[in-house]
Amino acid sequence: MINTTEVIQTIEMIKSQHLDIRTITMHLSLFDCISDDKEIVAQKVYNKLISRAGKLKQTADFIQAKYGIPIVNKRLSVSPISLIGAASGGYLEIALAMDKAAKECCVDFIGGYTALVQKGMTEYERDFLMTIPEVLARTDRVCASVNIGTTRTGINMDAVALLGDIIIKTAQLTQDNNSIGCAKLVVFANAVEDNPFMAGSFNGVGEGDSIINVGISGPGVIKHALEKVHGMDCAAMSEAIKNVAFKITRVGELVAREAATMLNASFGIVDLSLAPTPISNDSVAEVLEEMGLSTVGTHGTTACLAMLNDAVKKGGIMASSYVGGLSGAFIPVSEDIGMIQAVENGVLTIEKLEAMTAVCSVGLDMIAIPGDTSPATISAMIADEAAIGVINNKTTAVRVIPVIGKTEGYVEFGGLLGRAPIMKTTKGDASVFIARGGRIPAPVHSFKN
Amino acid sequence: MKAIVSVLGKDQKGITAKVAMTLFEMEINIEDISQTIMQNKYFTMIMMVEMKDTTTIESVNERLQVLALDLGLDIRIQHEDIFNSMHTV
Repeated sequence: MINTTEVIQTIEMIKSQHLDIRTITMHLSLFDCISDDKEIVAQKVYNKLISRAGKLKQTADFIQAKYGIPIVNKRLSVSPISLIGAASGGYLEIALAMDKAAKECCVDFIGGYTALVQKGMTEYERDFLMTIPEVLARTDRVCASVNIGTTRTGINMDAVALLGDIIIKTAQLTQDNNSIGCAKLVVFANAVEDNPFMAGSFNGVGEGDSIINVGISGPGVIKHALEKVHGMDCAAMSEAIKNVAFKITRVGELVAREAATMLNASFGIVDLSLAPTPISNDSVAEVLEEMGLSTVGTHGTTACLAMLNDAVKKGGIMASSYVGGLSGAFIPVSEDIGMIQAVENGVLTIEKLEAMTAVCSVGLDMIAIPGDTSPATISAMIADEAAIGVINNKTTAVRVIPVIGKTEGYVEFGGLLGRAPIMKTTKGDASVFIARGGRIPAPVHSFKN
Repeated sequence: MKAIVSVLGKDQKGITAKVAMTLFEMEINIEDISQTIMQNKYFTMIMMVEMKDTTTIESVNERLQVLALDLGLDIRIQHEDIFNSMHTV
């Protein structure tokens, strides 16, 4: 029996409300590629990526046609390269091999140029971190991430201090291209091991050999659902969000399982994250405004975002036993037309965004800041975000772009990365605090054994 | 394999006939059909079709898109599983 209403609802979600599979990400373990020879490890990495992911695009195209749902991005994600390259020290060689393989496999990004230094840092991990600026400048598709804290371990402030310098250096090396290198670098607290979204995706050390994780998005679909409960109470809004989140998660699992079978990989998780793009009707800010705010950034924004994030997770969890990754609402400034507008209007500030990160699924994301911001200030921003994540037992992240040569105005990144107004950081200086180094101890609620 | 064909757009003579003929030419059987005119002008037709496993949705879609362009309509074909997964617990 055909249910016309359901068919038309699905078609409208895809056609008018921008429901899409945001990414099919193939996660691959590279531990079998380790060698003490730089050239050999790079060659093995390249060979494995090509042999396992060579048909990723073809598979995605087939599924897109079969179900009539757009699959926007095809991506790769690998084991933390700080570990894979440790024996040889050939980090740059591996990164170049990853970039080459990503281009040949027609994927737009490859994640996993990653270090996990939440508690301590070995000499080889320090060496790895220092290669990040050059790697991001010399490659087009490689994404880097660093985990600097967890609820179980506290915050590695030595790594935090180092990352302020690394971000500035990355910005300088890519200054001819609006410091875009920094858009490919995320600093995490409580990083998740199965996140399919970039730039923070990597294949965790506890993961299998070849896994398909799917990221599904649809802020426009949520907004449309909320329009139907206009004027009704918060319970009605929560129900409407959950209802839609359920439906789109189910599509994600359908696609993920089929892709995994076709690519001879395991199905991992579905990540239901409201990931905006810089077009109207695909904006998290517009969802929050539909909930009753005159503009995102005003008082009440944190409460609305908290409810949105929670309802999205609840709907997703009902739909699939394997919801994972970050699952919630992303609030990247440059990628969200409503966020950009609110910054332009002077309502949305970094301070308010920081408060919002306490209740959303990630953190300070795609925020352009003045190019003369000091490394210590960037480190302090990272420390603040990590503190929110570590104390609240959630993932937080920082992806800021100090735009070298600019202190105000706009910067165009293009494509999905959008356009960012340069936002002022707060006055004052935390350099003495950052210079202290050491480790912020794990919070009292980490002692669960 | 079962798929859903949806046809949406401005009403005009012969839509059902032309869509059915295209499907017939590709040896696709129509198992169920639901058609209505909304607000006196918008044509909405949903068909459930059975196609051979050797026929791909992509190839049928190519033919349907030629017709869609000709008639100025939105015509889609999608595997039935996307609707089952979204709307059935």
